[in-house]
Amino acid sequence: MTQPFRLGTGGLIDRDRPLIFRFNGRTFQGHPGDTLASALLANDQRLVGRSFKYHRPRGIFSAGSEEPNALVTLRRGAHANPNTRATMAELFDGLEATSQNHRGPLEWDLLSVNNILSPFLSAGFYYKTFMWPRAFWEKLYEPAIRAAAGLGRLSGEPDPDSYDHGFLHCDLLIVGAGPAGLSAALTAAGTGAKVILADEDFTPGGRLAAETHEIDGQLGSQWAAATWAALAENPNIRLLPRTTVFGTYDHGIMGALERNTDHLAEAHGKPRQTLWRLYAKRTLLCTGATERSIAFADNDRPGIMLAGAVRAYANRYATAPGRRVTVLTNNDDGLRTAVDLKAHGIEIAVILDTREGKAIAATHGRKALSAITLTDGTKIETDCLAVSGGWNPNVHLSCHHRNLPVWNETLAAFAPGPSLPPGMYCAGSVTGAFSTARALAEGASKATEILIDLGYAPANTTPPKASDEPSDITPLWHMPSRKRAWVDLQNDVTTKDVKLSHQEGYRSVEHLKRYTTLGMATDQGRTSNVLGLAILAEAAGKTIPETGTTVFRPPYTPVPIGAFAGHARGEQFRPTRLPPSHDWAAVNGASFTTAGQWLRAEWYARPGENGWRDSVDREVTTVRKKVGFCDVSTLGKIDIQGRDATEFINRVYANPFAKLAVGKVRYGLMLREDGFAYDDGTTARFAETHYVMTTTTANAGLVFRNLEFYRQCLWPNLDVHLASVTDAWAQFSVAGPNARDLLSRLVDLDLSNDAFPFMACAETTCCGVPARLFRISFSGELAYEIAVPARYGASLAETLVTAGKDLGIAPYGTEALSVLRIEKGHPVGNELNGQTTAAQLGLARMVSQEKDAIGTTLSQREEMIRDDDFRLVGFRPVDRGTLLNAGAHFLNTGAPADMAHDLGWMTSVAWSPTFGCSIGLGFLKNGTNRIGDTVRAYDPVRAKDTPVEVVSPHFYDPEGARQRG
Amino acid sequence: MIINHPLLGPRDASEFTYLGDASLIDRPDGGDIDAFHAYLHLRDNPAGEHRELWYHEYGDRSWLVVTRNTLTHEITQVELARDVARAKGRSR
Amino acid sequence: MKYSAAQILWQGLTGNKGWKPAWRDPAPKPSYRVVIIGGGGHGLSTAYYLSNEFGITDVAVLEKGWLGSGNIGRNTTIIRSNYLLEGNQPFYELSMKLWEGLEQSFNYNAMVSQRGVLNLCHSDGQRDAYARRGNAMILSGADAELLDAAGVRALCPFLEFENARFPIKGGLLQRRGGTARHDAVAWGYARGADRRGVDIIQNCEVTGFDIENGTVKGVQTSRGAIKADIVVCCAAGSSSRVLSLAGLRLPIESHVLQAFVSEGLKPTIPGVITFGAGHFYISQSDKGGLVFGGDIDGYNSYAQRGNLPVVEDVCEGAMAVMPMIGRARVLRNWGGVMDMSMDGSPFIDRTPVDNLIFNGGWCYGGFKATPASGFCTAHLVATGNPHPTATAYRLDRFRRGAPIDEKGAGAQPNLH
Repeated sequence: MTQPFRLGTGGLIDRDRPLIFRFNGRTFQGHPGDTLASALLANDQRLVGRSFKYHRPRGIFSAGSEEPNALVTLRRGAHANPNTRATMAELFDGLEATSQNHRGPLEWDLLSVNNILSPFLSAGFYYKTFMWPRAFWEKLYEPAIRAAAGLGRLSGEPDPDSYDHGFLHCDLLIVGAGPAGLSAALTAAGTGAKVILADEDFTPGGRLAAETHEIDGQLGSQWAAATWAALAENPNIRLLPRTTVFGTYDHGIMGALERNTDHLAEAHGKPRQTLWRLYAKRTLLCTGATERSIAFADNDRPGIMLAGAVRAYANRYATAPGRRVTVLTNNDDGLRTAVDLKAHGIEIAVILDTREGKAIAATHGRKALSAITLTDGTKIETDCLAVSGGWNPNVHLSCHHRNLPVWNETLAAFAPGPSLPPGMYCAGSVTGAFSTARALAEGASKATEILIDLGYAPANTTPPKASDEPSDITPLWHMPSRKRAWVDLQNDVTTKDVKLSHQEGYRSVEHLKRYTTLGMATDQGRTSNVLGLAILAEAAGKTIPETGTTVFRPPYTPVPIGAFAGHARGEQFRPTRLPPSHDWAAVNGASFTTAGQWLRAEWYARPGENGWRDSVDREVTTVRKKVGFCDVSTLGKIDIQGRDATEFINRVYANPFAKLAVGKVRYGLMLREDGFAYDDGTTARFAETHYVMTTTTANAGLVFRNLEFYRQCLWPNLDVHLASVTDAWAQFSVAGPNARDLLSRLVDLDLSNDAFPFMACAETTCCGVPARLFRISFSGELAYEIAVPARYGASLAETLVTAGKDLGIAPYGTEALSVLRIEKGHPVGNELNGQTTAAQLGLARMVSQEKDAIGTTLSQREEMIRDDDFRLVGFRPVDRGTLLNAGAHFLNTGAPADMAHDLGWMTSVAWSPTFGCSIGLGFLKNGTNRIGDTVRAYDPVRAKDTPVEVVSPHFYDPEGARQRG
Repeated sequence: MIINHPLLGPRDASEFTYLGDASLIDRPDGGDIDAFHAYLHLRDNPAGEHRELWYHEYGDRSWLVVTRNTLTHEITQVELARDVARAKGRSR
Repeated sequence: MKYSAAQILWQGLTGNKGWKPAWRDPAPKPSYRVVIIGGGGHGLSTAYYLSNEFGITDVAVLEKGWLGSGNIGRNTTIIRSNYLLEGNQPFYELSMKLWEGLEQSFNYNAMVSQRGVLNLCHSDGQRDAYARRGNAMILSGADAELLDAAGVRALCPFLEFENARFPIKGGLLQRRGGTARHDAVAWGYARGADRRGVDIIQNCEVTGFDIENGTVKGVQTSRGAIKADIVVCCAAGSSSRVLSLAGLRLPIESHVLQAFVSEGLKPTIPGVITFGAGHFYISQSDKGGLVFGGDIDGYNSYAQRGNLPVVEDVCEGAMAVMPMIGRARVLRNWGGVMDMSMDGSPFIDRTPVDNLIFNGGWCYGGFKATPASGFCTAHLVATGNPHPTATAYRLDRFRRGAPIDEKGAGAQPNLH
């Protein structure tokens, strides 16, 4: 439980509180303020993972979200988080982590054999082999590759955590709470501007937390903490620690992920993370910079780290990254590493400034660095090599709109270009202002500029005082060697791979990325892209700007799928709509089915019934012989009023509607403007200027949208108004020979056939409640639809059952509804599927040629009016005992089963208790002329091939006497 | 995206559904098949400024004509489609 | 240079110094027999089949960026032939058969992996529609299996069966479907065409057409004028832009489709799975990333990037059907520009300008079509007649009233 590399003083950790954690089953101790990475280093755990391809031993490389090596699986079981950066994992008591991507123990990974085979595993080798014999790819090669690839493992269990979504609005979003961000926030404080300050870290200050700079005479980290605390008191400033702004979207919208419970041992019911949609009038990027490495022989050993990370471990985490540290740098910033470490009493083996011609020829140590050899042959014992190849501004968020960054020769790095997403500004080291003083000044000045632009008057625009550290750099990208020198540590891309890519013609920077996988790992090449680009440029004899850069894509750091989804999962995936009689149906034996967002009763089982077919057969027979009722409230209902309502409806439906009498209902067929059948329903006229239209359940919203389009965009002169009243009315179909008897007992209307004939409608009362009655039939029986205000739906169901007891009433569900309509030959969604014409549906005569209604013109295109086209017809099995299947295709008897001989398909089938056999509807080429023929219903997906007889689609009461009676 | 509704102010684009080119207002009433075919099926599909129809489905059910750049998504004008239609002479 | 394990061994032993460029980097010649606009999947495969199957090698492919920079470089890599309609299914089955011999044919491992494509269904009506589709697939010579819920569970026990808002009722499985390594497809075709003498000219943007008396004679480019007997436009999302230079208006809108890849994970998903009650489909790459996508953003765009609502919608679909991937992290998310047609189906056809041929309108389904698209376009160029499986892909089909509308959504591109 010792922490042999823990420094005795300093740092932002709480030494008084020990935290116990486990790594690969071993128990260690750390402190609040530690990350898993710093705690592992303090405990001398150097080896933390294996590389992707060669399974090389890897240690901690960085101290931030750019970490390519130290990826672990955090937590256990369903809570396991694979590929977690140890450098970002805040230590908590009881934390458990395991290393990834090795077969056998981490120390003795069997797949490290790949390292020996590396000459044969160069970039893109897999594109050149594994092709013979062909079948071996799926059986042998690919499974082996897949098993070896990947990093961590998902638990395979449903994610047990919850995730929240939130929306925040602000005048100014500041991304990053380093010196520039804090300075900007200070400038905005007190102006009244609403500000959000977000930072991915749990400690404010950015690099200030990791360095020893002073601000206003205070240690930078102390100044940052004090400033943060002061800002927290400001009601106009919202601080979001542990929040990564990950994406730049349109019109000032930024995506951000806040980690609420990842740093706690238990979530205690709180959402694990919150996905914020930030609506910012202006965004100021103070995202800082990321250090990059230098490629030299075997530069991937545990103990070789970024110089800035070495300082962070020493200064912030009070952890010695080594006992005897070597510094390798091509810039002034790297030199500070030696100064800082010495101040902590850590021995410096040597400082190698490449600007003085120093270079490394080899590194040594199997599982951790033990020594290096210089090009002059000197061997130096060292257990930590701090490398600085310069700093790359974190330009990512400025590039998500495909604004390319611009190469800056002085910085030897890409910085944001002149073109930024609208409303976005940059300050601090993201612009190349690498010193503390410059970052503070830029934060203040950019904030001032933004605030004035927004109409605020910042009072305090003088930044705090700080040092202006030198950051001169003479770029050096790699040191020549015959050994492998790593560019992308995680994906094992070496300088040889980059050169090979160029040699083989993959010369665009995008080709390089795709061929070698450079920058495709979980760090998106944060530490490697520019290095790879520079080596490619050198190979091509071009400059870096000529070579180009790849496009940064969101998210800045990876975001869990569960966080993007938020609450929308399981039964909450989409809203559930319940018809008014739902609760009544539930206690009366109904089982339910989903119909779009609706839950509908599919049948009402009764004791003694042996399976659903018994229930459905009984319900169908009840309607045919007695009376049944069914909740059809899900149908779309649109209230249409206005002086021009008649004209409007007549232009919307393909069939004539100009002369519908008040008190009458008409069936309407709606086409799309392209002339295909779209929707059908009935429209009732209650007054000169008042209609109620019904639509199919599926198209309720869409038809309403279209009607509004016609009303507002096509015919703005018509005086007509629309209201969706689908949810306002409970509407029940009451069908069967006893329907009139039943309803006469309930409504205040004369229902005799003369007084209220087929296709009549009226506004009335039912048991004292306002009601609408329509005499329409979907089943072919004497039938009505009765509508009452939705809140009376359940009581209407109960009323119908009570009043109709002696008439043999029973509720029926969607299955019986379907059987009844198939028996009657009414098309529904299976037939009216958006691909079929009125002619195919047998409704050609409904399309008026006398008017220009929606779709009538294009319905007359040559291929849509062919006589030999599909026609909706009925089918019966030749062997009446055989069951039909929807989806079967029709073939002539004896014809080969191929597409050229395909004659159509079965759209709907039902077992008809009325006819005692299976019946079907379907589209058959030239179908109307084939009634009486026998064709094959060919259904190979169910291994069936059934001879069927072609019949009229109107199986039941084709003359319609019953519905009119 | 944010659409600045002429009546309601800025609204998130997810409150709206999209139809397409605002030329769909120019229905060739009484026209022949060729006229309707061109109206319904052919598009300029510009890379740049695009006048297009959005419907405030989860809002006030206004149809809007939004002028938006298809390369940058910048929105420069939002009008009520009814006004645009009237201005185009559809109040015959 | 032929690629093989022996070659890898030899090169590995000699320091990998002998590998040759996969393709040349030629300057454009003054004239070609055939000029193809667009060095994406369809342009490169057209060039490959022209030169390898139809003996036409005097061909240039003009690419405004780097080869493979279009949608071949930014898709979700699915291959399948599970279409419904007579105008589509035989074409996609031809494509599947070409995929099955592709790598041996062009000597490049494109990792064509037939691990299966499973479409889930969530209602009786959807199951009936899948039965119809599966039967159509079998009629066209493809394979199809209709699974019940138990069959789906046996194949993918990790799906949401317990608390689903839209319970899984079954699925349509095409075992021959799967994925391929998208970039490698472009590279394989490019290398195969280059070896037959096709000039692949990168960083060469077409800026105009030379048309005389209604016949195209060549193109103007950022690298000068190039004469051609036949010009083929394979410009995908840029089709409208390119052909407007020839005075054509197309039944196409350009829309953005987003795609997603997660961090690398050990194998967790067997093949391709498509959610039937929302917009979500997923597979896992050989590198271990979950590759997934969903609906288009829904508005005209050339911006190659999308917005958050669709990102959330896609991930909601993911969690609804596969809640075990909640803790997998989205690593990268990008957008491609889709040439969305009025019926969701493509075009391989002559245009009103003589000798100008158009290949486009692939919507978000162009990747799987890459081999057949190139083959059938090459067939049209070489023989003057459409290939028998591509006879429906005519530009005049809307005027005639013969759309190929798999979804029945009508003339509104963002619904397809």
